[in-house]
Amino acid sequence: MNGPLQGLRLIELCSENGSWAGKLFADAGCDVVKLEPPGGDVTRTYPPFLDDQPGEGRSLYFWYYNTSKRSVTIDLETNEGRDAFKALAAGADFVLEDRPPGEMARLGLDYPDLRATNPRLIYLSITPFGRDAPRAHEPATDLTIFGGGGPAWNNGYDDHTLPPVRGGGGQAMHTGSHFAVMAGLVALLHRDRTGQGQHVDVNMHAAANVTTEAGSYTWLVAQETVQRQTGRHAGTRQTMTSQLECADGRWVNTGVPPRRPDDFVRCHEWLEAEGLLEGFHAAPLLLEGARRERIDLSMLQEDEELQAIFGAGREAMAFIASRLTAYEFFTGAQGRGFQVGIIYSPEEAIADPQFVDRGFPTEVEHPELGRSFTYPGAPYLFHGSPWAISRRPPLPGEHTEEVLAQLKPTQ
Amino acid sequence: MSEGALSHLRICDFTGQLAGAGATRFLAAFGAQIIRIEDPVTEGRWDILRGNPPYKPGQRGLEYGGAYNNHNVEKLGITLNLRTDRGKEILRDLVRISDAVTENFAAGVLERWGFNYEGLKAIRPDIIYVSNCGFGHSGPYRDFKTWGPIVQAVSGLTFSSGIPDQPPAGWGYSYMDHTGAYFMAMAIMMALHHRNVTGEGQWVDLACTEAACTLNGPALLDATVNGRPLRRPGMPDANRSQFPPMAPHNIYAAAGEDNWVAVACRNDGEWATLRQFIGERWASDPRFDRISGRLEWQDELDANMTAFTSARDRFTLAESIRALGIPATAVQRPEERIDKDPNTEGWGLWPTVQHTLMGEVRVDGLPVHLSETDWHLERGGPCLGEHNEQVYGEVLGMSSREIAGLRAEGVI
Repeated sequence: MNGPLQGLRLIELCSENGSWAGKLFADAGCDVVKLEPPGGDVTRTYPPFLDDQPGEGRSLYFWYYNTSKRSVTIDLETNEGRDAFKALAAGADFVLEDRPPGEMARLGLDYPDLRATNPRLIYLSITPFGRDAPRAHEPATDLTIFGGGGPAWNNGYDDHTLPPVRGGGGQAMHTGSHFAVMAGLVALLHRDRTGQGQHVDVNMHAAANVTTEAGSYTWLVAQETVQRQTGRHAGTRQTMTSQLECADGRWVNTGVPPRRPDDFVRCHEWLEAEGLLEGFHAAPLLLEGARRERIDLSMLQEDEELQAIFGAGREAMAFIASRLTAYEFFTGAQGRGFQVGIIYSPEEAIADPQFVDRGFPTEVEHPELGRSFTYPGAPYLFHGSPWAISRRPPLPGEHTEEVLAQLKPTQ
Repeated sequence: MSEGALSHLRICDFTGQLAGAGATRFLAAFGAQIIRIEDPVTEGRWDILRGNPPYKPGQRGLEYGGAYNNHNVEKLGITLNLRTDRGKEILRDLVRISDAVTENFAAGVLERWGFNYEGLKAIRPDIIYVSNCGFGHSGPYRDFKTWGPIVQAVSGLTFSSGIPDQPPAGWGYSYMDHTGAYFMAMAIMMALHHRNVTGEGQWVDLACTEAACTLNGPALLDATVNGRPLRRPGMPDANRSQFPPMAPHNIYAAAGEDNWVAVACRNDGEWATLRQFIGERWASDPRFDRISGRLEWQDELDANMTAFTSARDRFTLAESIRALGIPATAVQRPEERIDKDPNTEGWGLWPTVQHTLMGEVRVDGLPVHLSETDWHLERGGPCLGEHNEQVYGEVLGMSSREIAGLRAEGVI
């Protein structure tokens, strides 16, 4: 079986900002042809490197963002290169580019230059601020987009002498790419019905701005400003802490504390099962919570006993956490219906039994190295048209001949 | 509303919160008819955002939740009690005329009502069913419960969002509710295209923890290929740049209370320029000339940068640095990026919608513009059962007497 975008072709002219969008298309079955300048795309020089040795075909950064793609070397500063680009775009379903605003027009390869030849073409442009925006030509990176675009204001610590935190992993670039794929698919569904292509202008800074949840709508609706807090939602009022350090020094997110009578029953049972009941001073309050017919947290201010019960529930969870490993606490809590999460590092997540059971870690053969490597796998399980990494990331220009040969007129 | 790119599509939609509602919101902005189904018995409170703050001044209550409105613009809202046989029958009628069924319940909820993929497929053979939950519909954690922060914790995103010698900072919002919704929207539309080509529907099982785990790729490969875990001394260090290495690259204190400026110096040439601009003696230290030195002495570099920035106005400083071609920005508060940034206003990023009871409310717009079929957001989120007459009457062809009967029997 083939991916849901099987049969489509996308010409990708992307570096850092758009390669993730290209990968999402490629792993969904679209034939993605990545165009690289002579010498290769600059992200081929980004660490980390295979065995920490820089060199051709060794950037793990490039590997990750370019699975399932083909690579064609093309020099767009030459007439020959531009002609080849036009010929490729004439037969493509999508062009995806992340060049600075104005560059594609300078090359004569912008959407208006291509649409007459291929009216079905969907042309996706990803730029930091949008193509015609007032700030279109400002320099930007992942850090400055998340810093100026909203997310960083929300992330960080209770202690505001510590800086706001960007959030790791290149998420400003990912968020822009997510919207490029989503909008590209809207255009595709429109074209499926009408045959009409179009241009899509994707604005990374705007994408960050609408990906801050309460950060934006608290201002939009109530003109109030949220403040950052350690490991939990920024809010207009300080909320209870949500992270605990367990007996093995690892952290968990405690989610929602006991708040319904049966939560207190299960919390008490858990203490008992772990042999911790004796050591926990507030156990009778848990039983009191269990005996209540219902618990109305809006009465917390007026009902002193309720305050004590609610506090005991939180304390009990913290007490259990301090005696168990993070994994024991996570599975023990979830097994009893408490919404808790272990705070894994990425490599711990991918090795977890749940991820393994669902086949998330994906082996990819690199034949020229005689090895295979474990990649993160499918973000979604398509049961009728599976996601797949169809090939390892390409070597620079690996497919130049085979792709350009198809362009030659066949008399 | 005018004809949109997706006006030909109808979604039978059980999604809520943000992880699900955010997906169908995106489709609604392009004209898809999203029929959002809520439970009349609990008054839709499964979606905890219904009726929760923020509120407009002077408003509060079930129909006035600002987050709910934001995430459900342009959708039709109906009530349907699936505990009743008649309710199930009506759902079957609705599925029969829908292109897709979407939900983000805990795994197994829809199945217990008798509507798993096989059940839906029996009603409409080419139906697309997209389920979205934290751990997916299989595996040892299938029954575990999640929301955004739990997904972020388990997938590695909370861990990678932090600075050295501190506990995880995590995310001050549900990044993975937003992003889970983005993946869900992609899944729905990819499956629709596949159906357009092959005539076949399918089930897509989206686990937000897996989607999240794709968002730390290079760090993960460094672990699986090179055996270098992200859990190691000095890491994570999210405000610095590892891939590619850049320095100075951080969020620095600026003048005033809780004011910050982000600077990303991308290469040796930019440092040579920035060094001149700073004009202090430490900056011309030759140890800092090359990226290798700036990384080796990064703590000292950052301490000097902080001493320089902390006496200066964040907006003025960032503008001066950007004028040199080097990325820099004030860390903007909501008010600043929403009401005072020409780039968001000029984009039309904060459209005003009309909500039946809340009145005019500004909401998140979309960060894309399509040249032929752009998005429109005009109608606010639906009140509970607001579109019962329209959907049961015009879409399913019931008479007003029938609808009144359903209401009397507690079916809607």
